[in-house]
Amino acid sequence: MLRIENLTMQFGGVVACSGLTAEVKPGQIVGLIGPNGAGKTTVFNVITGVYKPTAGRITFSPREGEQYQLVGLSPDHIAKLGICRTFQNIRLFSELSVLDNVFIGSHLRLRSSVFSSVLRLPRYTAEEKEHYEKSLYLLEKIGLQDFRDEKANSLPYGMQRRLEMARALATNPKLLLLDEPAAGMNPQETLELTEFIQEIKEEFELTVFLIEHHMEVVMEISEKIYVLDHGVLIAEGSPSEVQSNDKVIEAYLGVG
Amino acid sequence: MRDKQRTDLAALLALVCAVVALFLANKYLDDYKIRIINLSGIYVTLGLSMNLINGFTGLFSLGHAGFMAVGAYTVALLTMPISMKEMNFFFQPIVPWLANVEVGFLPALLAAGLISAFLGVLIGAPVLRLRDDYLAIATLGFAEIIRVVFTNTQSLTNGALGLKGIPNYTNIWWSWGVAFITVWFVTSLIRGSYGKAFMAIREDEVAAQAMGINLFKHKVMSFAFASFFAGVAGGLLASLLGTIDPNMFRITLTFNILLIVVLGGLSRITGTVISAVVVTVMMEALRFLDESINLGFIEIKGVPGMRMVVFSIILILVVIVRKAGLMTRLKGRESSYAEN
Amino acid sequence: MGSISLFLQHLANGISLGSLYALIAIGYTMVYGILRLINFAHGDIFMLGVYLTYFGVLYTSIPWWLVFAIAPAVTGLVGILLEAVAYKPLRESPRITILISAIGASFLLQNLGIVFFGGRPRAFPVPRILNHVVKVRGVSINVITFIIPVVTILLLIGLSYFITKTKTGLAMRALSRDYETASLMGIDINRIISITFFMGSFLAAMGGIMWGARYPQLMPLMGVMPGLKSFIAAVVGGIGNIAGAVVGGFLLGLGEIMLVALLPRLTGYRDAFAFVVLIIILLVKPSGLMGSGQTEKV
Ligand SMILES: Nc1ncnc2c1ncn2[C@@H]1O[C@H](COP(=O)(O)OP(=O)(O)OP(=O)(O)O)[C@@H](O)[C@H]1O
Ligand SMILES: [Mg+2]
Repeated sequence: MLRIENLTMQFGGVVACSGLTAEVKPGQIVGLIGPNGAGKTTVFNVITGVYKPTAGRITFSPREGEQYQLVGLSPDHIAKLGICRTFQNIRLFSELSVLDNVFIGSHLRLRSSVFSSVLRLPRYTAEEKEHYEKSLYLLEKIGLQDFRDEKANSLPYGMQRRLEMARALATNPKLLLLDEPAAGMNPQETLELTEFIQEIKEEFELTVFLIEHHMEVVMEISEKIYVLDHGVLIAEGSPSEVQSNDKVIEAYLGVG
Repeated sequence: MRDKQRTDLAALLALVCAVVALFLANKYLDDYKIRIINLSGIYVTLGLSMNLINGFTGLFSLGHAGFMAVGAYTVALLTMPISMKEMNFFFQPIVPWLANVEVGFLPALLAAGLISAFLGVLIGAPVLRLRDDYLAIATLGFAEIIRVVFTNTQSLTNGALGLKGIPNYTNIWWSWGVAFITVWFVTSLIRGSYGKAFMAIREDEVAAQAMGINLFKHKVMSFAFASFFAGVAGGLLASLLGTIDPNMFRITLTFNILLIVVLGGLSRITGTVISAVVVTVMMEALRFLDESINLGFIEIKGVPGMRMVVFSIILILVVIVRKAGLMTRLKGRESSYAEN
Repeated sequence: MGSISLFLQHLANGISLGSLYALIAIGYTMVYGILRLINFAHGDIFMLGVYLTYFGVLYTSIPWWLVFAIAPAVTGLVGILLEAVAYKPLRESPRITILISAIGASFLLQNLGIVFFGGRPRAFPVPRILNHVVKVRGVSINVITFIIPVVTILLLIGLSYFITKTKTGLAMRALSRDYETASLMGIDINRIISITFFMGSFLAAMGGIMWGARYPQLMPLMGVMPGLKSFIAAVVGGIGNIAGAVVGGFLLGLGEIMLVALLPRLTGYRDAFAFVVLIIILLVKPSGLMGSGQTEKV
């Protein structure tokens, strides 16, 4: 699904990621962990085209036989290919309603022109109806149907995180990148989230790439885990392999 | 949904009332008042056009005077009788390809909008990726460039002399007809997926792009629509006044529109319509501040500039009082979708 | 007159105009550095400085050279007032909000100018010793053309002493480099911002006086064009960067004069020159010649 080769990202003097090679296979949930400032978010930013890497290749194949080089593509292009993400520091469309936030997620799949939207031609209204119903369905899925008309930034933190996921799902992704989805959630919410991720993965036939500090989440749902420290890959493998890896333990203890 | 039907009904009722009011006004009011009504209609169009970029799409553009100039000159040059052109261009003859053109008002207005929109795309394409304040100054710069060019292209625009004797086609039906079309267009656009994408860009460009929204395409689109309506409004204005010159299209004109948009509320359609009318009427009503009026027994001395002092103070006060709230909208009001 | 001496004359004119742009541009750049705000009203502050000088010279018995010092100081105080009234209440608001307030303030000053000073142009009372023509090797040049760069350089030396050697100056730079950290370090932000506005306005008024001596026609809207062009100078140099503003000012002044001198057919387009430069700079290097770009963290 996604293959990262020798990825390096430098900001001036800071090397946020250096020589990373990793692979996410179709249908997997893959974890990306590491201490604060390890470069995890940077990897997501490079995959989604927010930053152009200093070096390296990223290949995305949403389907058998289809392959795209992501480096150099714009974020919106990458989203259209089927990669969508959530943000660590929530970035909802804060002044817009909860429903609009999700609805906007479908916009990239709209085929009608802007003129048929203004004239509300049947071709457009049919599409709008479809997107609208999908948005409602997703809202119900995350349990926010009763808040559809609230402003996004009026929601509590945990709901905003779920709303970001619904918005990302509305884009019909093949690969979903989740940046610390459980941050700021209590244990109960975290548990629900874990189930939720597995559920949507099945239902929407997703592949998931996940950054998470809550170890219980990553260890439980990931099939494979990559560990970054100071921009360098220090370990990879199954949850149990990673958990018993000396370097990983050291990296986490070293940070405290 | 019942809510939606009710708003549609309300809109229809408002429209009927407005048409009746315009009809009565047209019949019973004097020329001066009718002129103000015309101006109000034109400013409704201008306010909404600016609100589309500055309010809904969140791009701070100050180029309106330039687009209006383009529209105004287009309509003037296309509708002016051939003999009138000869009289205007006594200094240097007009370019041959325009000398013998005379078209109707509707095609001229459409041309005004289209040329203006085309220019909007041309100008917008390079500068729309700039951040808010840079964009403001770049668009302002373009408007100034347009004005300077128009001052210097003697054989095309008659330069600083301006154009006189533009046929007065603009009447209440034209100015308000266009205003209603603009209201409908912007409302319909904003309700739909594209309009929501515009607002997403305003809220968070990074997130919008991550959701697959092509920033460039949507910004240029919004900018082109806004320039189209600004051009049409400029054309209406030229035909209302009968006389134009490049100096009319200074930043002061953009300031007036900005005032309307800020008073009416960024991203508010009804607010903008009301504010356009109120500001236009007030601009006229407060004219006494600038001019001396003779009441027969006593002459009150006006102070030139006082009127704009009042308006500048109002603008600053509104901004300060509303502070962060300048950009927010009532919750959930635009949530109407095709559901049936 | 030979073509070389003619060229020298243009050069002198360009440098002199560039000095004025530089002086005004510093005010824009200092304010932008700290508040990230385009102080739209800065050009009108410049206008105010010229008018205050005009009235000081003509309607008080204060000697003109003293007026030339007092008027900028008073203009500086108006700058502080402007910030306190129109910008301070909005310091936490979105940038667009403050920008709108700045545009409002600009119009307010212009129209107060029309109300109090009248819309008709007035003639600036240029002291005789600043206003006579000297001949240097066949090139006849008004002394003011020489005085302007000299005074500008003196002011710049004073300014650079202030911002590199005094405590306030250092605090100003700290604030401009990292607002958050500096404000946590116990710097009195309000005081620094007030001083910044004072200095920017003071320099603009100084530039205004020399502008009046060079182009002795006063109008309430006279600040608009020099203001916009100086802002462009600040952007060209790299906004937030004082040295950049000076370089940008000189480049723009020289460019404008040379354009007219070398391509007389484009004289009418003189006012568009700066905007064309602006747009090119924004497209090619938005951070300006001497600025440093930075990417937004996501
Ligand atoms: N746009 C940028 N400009 C400069 N430096 C950056 C930028 N983005 C990230 N960095 C730096 O790169 C390094 C890695 O940051 P990154 O956000 O990827 O870490 P992270 O693993 O996501 O950390 P956290 O667990 O805190 O989210 C940090 O030192 C950070 O300061
Ligand atoms: Mg991170």
